[in-house]
Amino acid sequence: MIFCEKAARICDKAQYNEASFFEVLLLKFHLTMCKACTKHSKKNGQLTSLCTNAKLHALSEAEKNNLKEKLKESL
Amino acid sequence: MSINTLNPDNWVDQYADYLFNYAVSRVSDAEIAKDLVQDTFIAGLKSAKNFKGDAAERTWLVAILKRKVIDYYRKMNSNKGKAEVRMSYSSQTDAEGDWLEEKVADPNSLLENDFLENEELGTAIHDCIDKLPKKQALVFKMKTIQGISTDDICNELNINPSNLWVMIHRSRSALMDCLNQNWFSI
Repeated sequence: MIFCEKAARICDKAQYNEASFFEVLLLKFHLTMCKACTKHSKKNGQLTSLCTNAKLHALSEAEKNNLKEKLKESL
Repeated sequence: MSINTLNPDNWVDQYADYLFNYAVSRVSDAEIAKDLVQDTFIAGLKSAKNFKGDAAERTWLVAILKRKVIDYYRKMNSNKGKAEVRMSYSSQTDAEGDWLEEKVADPNSLLENDFLENEELGTAIHDCIDKLPKKQALVFKMKTIQGISTDDICNELNINPSNLWVMIHRSRSALMDCLNQNWFSI
């Protein structure tokens, strides 16, 4: 029996494919008897698919610092 | 109504990702998009004195970026040689079927809407990320958007893995709520 908190942690990890096989098994088992976690896990999966669909882009910290320096130069 | 002011010092931290995302979806090249964002900030600094305070800072910067994107396409098409239509007939020479038939738009296809929808979705997600606490937003971006491994993020930010997962969990929960209101309810 695992508790919801742990289930949520595994569910988050699973979104990034970082949950081990055993953890996924535990999660699935917990989901069969916990409605709240099932709902949460469904929503979590939705968020992941939204983020992949949107093809988000972001600049890395190094690139941002680079940008900052260039802006300073231009002043 | 409060009058908007400009804080150029915070521009990169606050708006670089948003503008970059906006630019990438329009020019579909990360390097060019980066240059455009940089040009936008520089142009913004130069014309900061013309800012009347009617619009929010970000709206104003996006307006500049829009002009930069238009300028980019104009420049690209200014040379006659570059303006000519390029069509790749078929990369696979042994492909079967009529190429003209393959070029015709599929009237039943819904794929054309995907681009627009995804672009709006990207904006909605970025809006929601902006509402997160700074550190959570940073961790979420590193993990989800840039796909950096857990170990690397922990090393870089000096946190332990369970700390990281707590932050990820909080940011994901906040994002779910935010997107529920701003995306699914539309």
